[in-house]
Amino acid sequence: MDEANMRVDRTSKSERRLSTLVRHLGGLETCSPSHTSHSSDQFENSQNATISLSPMAAFGSVFANVAQAPEDPILGVTVAYNKDPSPLKVNLGVGAYRTEEGKPLVLNVVKKAEQSLINDPSRFKEYLPITGLAEFNKLSAKLIFGADSPAIQENRVATVQCLSGTGSLRVGGEFLAKHYHERSIYIPVPTWGNHPKVFMMAGLKPMSYRYYDPSTRGLDIQGLVEDLSAAPEGSIVLLHACAHNPTGVDPTPEQWEQIRQLLRSRSLLPFFDSAYQGFASGSLDKDAYSVRLFVADGGEVLMAQSYAKNMGLYAERVGALSIVCKSADVAGKVESQLKLVIRPMYSNPPLHGASIVATILRSPELYHEWTVELKAMADRIISMRQELFNALQAKGTPGDWSHIIKQIGMFTFTGLNKEQVVFMTREYHIYMTSDGRISMAGLNSKNLPQLADAIHAAVTTM
Amino acid sequence: MAFRAMISSRAIQQSNWVPSVGVARQMSSWFGHVEPAAKDPILGVTEAFLADPSPDKVNVGVGAYRDDNGKPVVLECVREAERRIAGNLNMEYLPMGGSSHMIEESLKLAYGEDSDFIKDKRIAAVQALSGTGACRLFADFQKRFLPDSQIYIPVPTWANHHNIWRDARVPQNTFRYYHAETKGLDFSSLMEDIKNAPNGSFFLLHACAHNPTGVDPSEEQWREISHVFKSKNHFPFFDMAYQGFASGDPERDAKAIRIFLDDGHLIGCAQSFAKNMGLYGQRAGCLSILCDNEMEAVAVKSQLQQIGRPMYSNPPVHGALIVSTILGDPELKKLWLQEVKGMADRIIGMRTALRDNIEKLGSPLSWEHITNQIGMFCYSGMTPEQVNRLTNEYHIYMTRNGRISMAGVTTGNVGYLASAIHEVTK
Repeated sequence: MDEANMRVDRTSKSERRLSTLVRHLGGLETCSPSHTSHSSDQFENSQNATISLSPMAAFGSVFANVAQAPEDPILGVTVAYNKDPSPLKVNLGVGAYRTEEGKPLVLNVVKKAEQSLINDPSRFKEYLPITGLAEFNKLSAKLIFGADSPAIQENRVATVQCLSGTGSLRVGGEFLAKHYHERSIYIPVPTWGNHPKVFMMAGLKPMSYRYYDPSTRGLDIQGLVEDLSAAPEGSIVLLHACAHNPTGVDPTPEQWEQIRQLLRSRSLLPFFDSAYQGFASGSLDKDAYSVRLFVADGGEVLMAQSYAKNMGLYAERVGALSIVCKSADVAGKVESQLKLVIRPMYSNPPLHGASIVATILRSPELYHEWTVELKAMADRIISMRQELFNALQAKGTPGDWSHIIKQIGMFTFTGLNKEQVVFMTREYHIYMTSDGRISMAGLNSKNLPQLADAIHAAVTTM
Repeated sequence: MAFRAMISSRAIQQSNWVPSVGVARQMSSWFGHVEPAAKDPILGVTEAFLADPSPDKVNVGVGAYRDDNGKPVVLECVREAERRIAGNLNMEYLPMGGSSHMIEESLKLAYGEDSDFIKDKRIAAVQALSGTGACRLFADFQKRFLPDSQIYIPVPTWANHHNIWRDARVPQNTFRYYHAETKGLDFSSLMEDIKNAPNGSFFLLHACAHNPTGVDPSEEQWREISHVFKSKNHFPFFDMAYQGFASGDPERDAKAIRIFLDDGHLIGCAQSFAKNMGLYGQRAGCLSILCDNEMEAVAVKSQLQQIGRPMYSNPPVHGALIVSTILGDPELKKLWLQEVKGMADRIIGMRTALRDNIEKLGSPLSWEHITNQIGMFCYSGMTPEQVNRLTNEYHIYMTRNGRISMAGVTTGNVGYLASAIHEVTK
């Protein structure tokens, strides 16, 4: 298609403009854009009032060869679920809490906090500092490390507000890639699907260590110890603080101590991901046990915190990255460098979610109310675990399903394979990730029997 | 000695030994070598201002709007939008690409209400973390899909532009823009640099209200720039952080973009609602890339989402809801247009006032650039030394490049500011 035809095919607005130009320039025959002589540019002889288009100009987008990316495996489950017209469909994909009625939940404390923010006429929406809302940072550090933590008392903690867990991991990863002497980060197998991508984009090199034992559906402590013992000294190690995603398998306190000693003896740098504090056991302090164990030995620790689940603030993207350092001096310098990572990424973090969290954490009444609501969520999930286990026992579904009640947190790693998952989606409209992970939060007494049926059918027919 | 032996020995794993707190203290910090970072040149100004106890202090540093009492402003349309959205929605994750309603409204604002490109679904667009986030997504996308490309950045520009493309690992070049003598546009040099860049280069253009200079090409100059871009097949990436704020009319402020669109360019555009809706801290913005066709737009959008996912998974909802509530409701949108014009008019008024005041003091220098320039900033032409004097002697805070945020000028401080400027420049 030559240039003239391309022009004719364009919108009439462009046509009008071109013909105006042509008229203005005194009846030039050509349809090519003309170069007027009153610019000071000299590169075109003003007598010869046309410019031939460069050979490239006829081509379209420079991004024409960009291939469509595959759906995100986790978020893609919800996309597929939304497309399903069946009234029986059940979404056990993404880890977002649901009530017994299958509804998303906005916590009462959050509603209260939001109201007080709206009603405060003195509140402005100006830029937060690069490091975020200062009060939020302090309160978040206290929440995870404990108010009496020596690290906090000694000002050794650099905390920056980030965009939920993902953002905290990414900022921490980029900081390490810039300032830490080792690029390898050891990630448990399996782990949240986004972990390797986050660290790769941050400039680190994801490696793996054994974690889940399919034969016991529990922790492969021996494999873990072997792999981390073989990791180069100084390597970074990603640890799920509690409620491991996707397996729900957590080390016992004794195993945590074993892991701590191993890491410290080999100077491996722990990087904790805490997305479920309070959600796992129902107790905020209990769920912070592993983190506090490490901090107590005086060593350095990175800590990515998310309020997506435990405060139901998913879409507000609220989180914090803390780096526990050896000294207050180092913490100050670290904080200054964290700013340089954040500024070219998004300048400063979003205000709203952090304001809600700060409002809740600073008020003893709201804080207490939050712990009650949090425990209720955790308890409901624990009861769903028990009910599912009971249902499968009652059906006589082959296999040992005790891992359902042993695992902890929002997810159960069922042990079902890809084919079984596809079967369950096709025949029973159960939506879950293909690794067999189900979000217990999506279960309720209405849809649980359907899930039990589906599992039973999948296990017995496939 | 015993401690060192215990730390290095593997015997630790076998014992049930409980660590004394002192164990890890033997080792030094892994981060002890980390240098303190230099303060951000722009945001550091406000930090310094806040620390100053002087009652006369004036902050004309960061570009955040102030009313005539020097107070930050929450627009009425924003307050109303917040009232409407409070408490009645769950806070579940937005899709990776963000709020589709917000994106839709953002595109209408930038590309035109009746844009065929929107109708034909040719625009790949995602919600982004304000202007910074939109630029960063684009830079990362550019790096991933056109790894050999470079970016041409005007001189001067918003300092963070350099940080963004650097962290995205896209090599940078510059093109001449500001003419120090005239305090206006160095058009001939600009055109020369555009012509001399290799065909198919990527250019960062400020759509309106250039930051920090306030110097924009005229409409005719934009047309000529577009024309040369066409012949060179350059990629125009527009950073539009001040739509509505420059002239008071968002349609008018989008003129450069519309000229390029009419000329058939496939543009990229970063939009920010930080200033024009006063949503600074909410981080509300949009990145769009105009593609050849719908299929390509779908592919490009999916890839933009892939870049956002390992950065923050999905963007924050609150600011997006405010934007879509306002722009999606004719009454609220009308109110917003009035309020944005009000802000722009106040700034234009302050430009006139500042210039008049300095001229009345008998300054021998020309200050017409104060009223020629447009948008939030005035590039005063003052040297770093003069700026230092303004800060040290007069407690006036601005960035060292002599950029004055006109939004911080009020009828209350314009006289003082004028005197101080006169004193350090006479």
